[in-house]
Amino acid sequence: MTDLKALKYTAEHEWVQVDGSVATVGITAYAAEKLGDIVFVDLPKVGSSVTTGTVVGEIESTKSVGELYAPVNGTVVEANDAVVASPELVNSDPFGEGWLVKVEFAELPELLSFDEYTALTGE
Amino acid sequence: MSDRSSPLHQVHVAAGASFTDFAGWQMPVRYSSDLAEHHAVRTAAGIFDISHMAEILVSGPDAAAFLDFALAGRLSAIAFGQAKYSLLLDESGGIIDDLVVYRRGDDAFLVVANAGNRYPVVAALTDRAAAFDMSLEDQSDDISLIAVQGPRSRSILEATLGLTDFGIPLAELKYYWSTDARFGEIDVIVGRTGYTGEDGFELYIRADAAADLWASLMSAGSPLGLVPAGLASRDTLRLEAGMPLYGHELSLDTFPVQAGLGRVVALTKEGDFVGREALEAGPPADARVLVGLVSEGKRAGRADYLVFAPGGDESVGVITSGALSPTLGYPIAMAYVEAASSAAGTTLEIDVRGSRVAASVVPLPFYKKVDKND
Repeated sequence: MTDLKALKYTAEHEWVQVDGSVATVGITAYAAEKLGDIVFVDLPKVGSSVTTGTVVGEIESTKSVGELYAPVNGTVVEANDAVVASPELVNSDPFGEGWLVKVEFAELPELLSFDEYTALTGE
Repeated sequence: MSDRSSPLHQVHVAAGASFTDFAGWQMPVRYSSDLAEHHAVRTAAGIFDISHMAEILVSGPDAAAFLDFALAGRLSAIAFGQAKYSLLLDESGGIIDDLVVYRRGDDAFLVVANAGNRYPVVAALTDRAAAFDMSLEDQSDDISLIAVQGPRSRSILEATLGLTDFGIPLAELKYYWSTDARFGEIDVIVGRTGYTGEDGFELYIRADAAADLWASLMSAGSPLGLVPAGLASRDTLRLEAGMPLYGHELSLDTFPVQAGLGRVVALTKEGDFVGREALEAGPPADARVLVGLVSEGKRAGRADYLVFAPGGDESVGVITSGALSPTLGYPIAMAYVEAASSAAGTTLEIDVRGSRVAASVVPLPFYKKVDKND
């Protein structure tokens, strides 16, 4: 079980787990729940560079489309092929198997703490 | 104005529903998984709370003549117990609402309207009633509506404790017919109607008895695979079935014939009806028509996405509803396109957030139920 309090968050409902210079990024359970059943995930290619706050992927449910924003500047070093093949992992395990991309970064921007994020969602 | 909630609200909370605002009502959007709810309706059954729908009783000696004047169909022609899908038009032929009308007797009809159009429908009917000897009663606040949809619906209703005294046995009740029944001591109207493309029933009952009826249906249905289903699955189900949704496929700017609903308009009926003159003049020659679009892959066109001829710069149409079809596994959409692009087999492109996705025009519906009653 992921320790949610150890993660960082964005106002766009991503979570970020920092391990050295690599950030693993996913969307929160709150975001997955709001989207409903996720049926399609489009992720950035490995090797592409991403800029904080820009749209780098899409998460589609039957009802709507959510955008994946890069939470850091850096280079995509891994994309989760398992969620591309089985998008429902984002619903069933958003903080674990439903992770989306890993980004290698030089500097971590200001991100939200668990308490700040939960204050934002009111849950 | 999103503070109205159904008489079944606490039942939904207890079942773990997520809610959405729909026409000013807080209604269940899903209980757990909208896909699972969708598949349950296609393979077993789902139970929907659609108590937000509006019910208006039209009664009196002129009730039938009034509806023939006020609506686009010939309601005087339906028999007691029969139901009919109809349209309420304005003078210029635009659609104020789409409705289902049940005949409740020689001089009585129940008109069921969309929640979001309750007040425009009541206002239009009231305006049109002056010359007729009949009365209108908006019973929306007093009536709850529960839909049980799916191939096991009939078995479930027949197994439901307390649901008895069917005027017509369910095995003999035809599609778009209704019968009276009782739930304990309370009157229920059971219509073989729905909005999912499956066999199913809609049950009208006094609001204060709705929660008990829901619980009884669930008790009988759970062993047969019945699950509570929310508005998210209701939308994908009706989309697969090619059924229009007001505000998406239908509006004041839509002529019935554009939406493929020419058959609903009884231009041959005697006497005038509101909208007749405009319909006889017809929509403009360049009016767009509603088509089905299917694509490969997983990226669905959605409402308001533009449709193009292959490689074209100017759009030839716009999507009104779209989703990755849970049953079919590929993207489907309904769209209004120019007549020249509307023939089945025409290849078009959808602009899906900046990239073009190829799509083919197909006849509606996308999905037709197979006979699998059990």
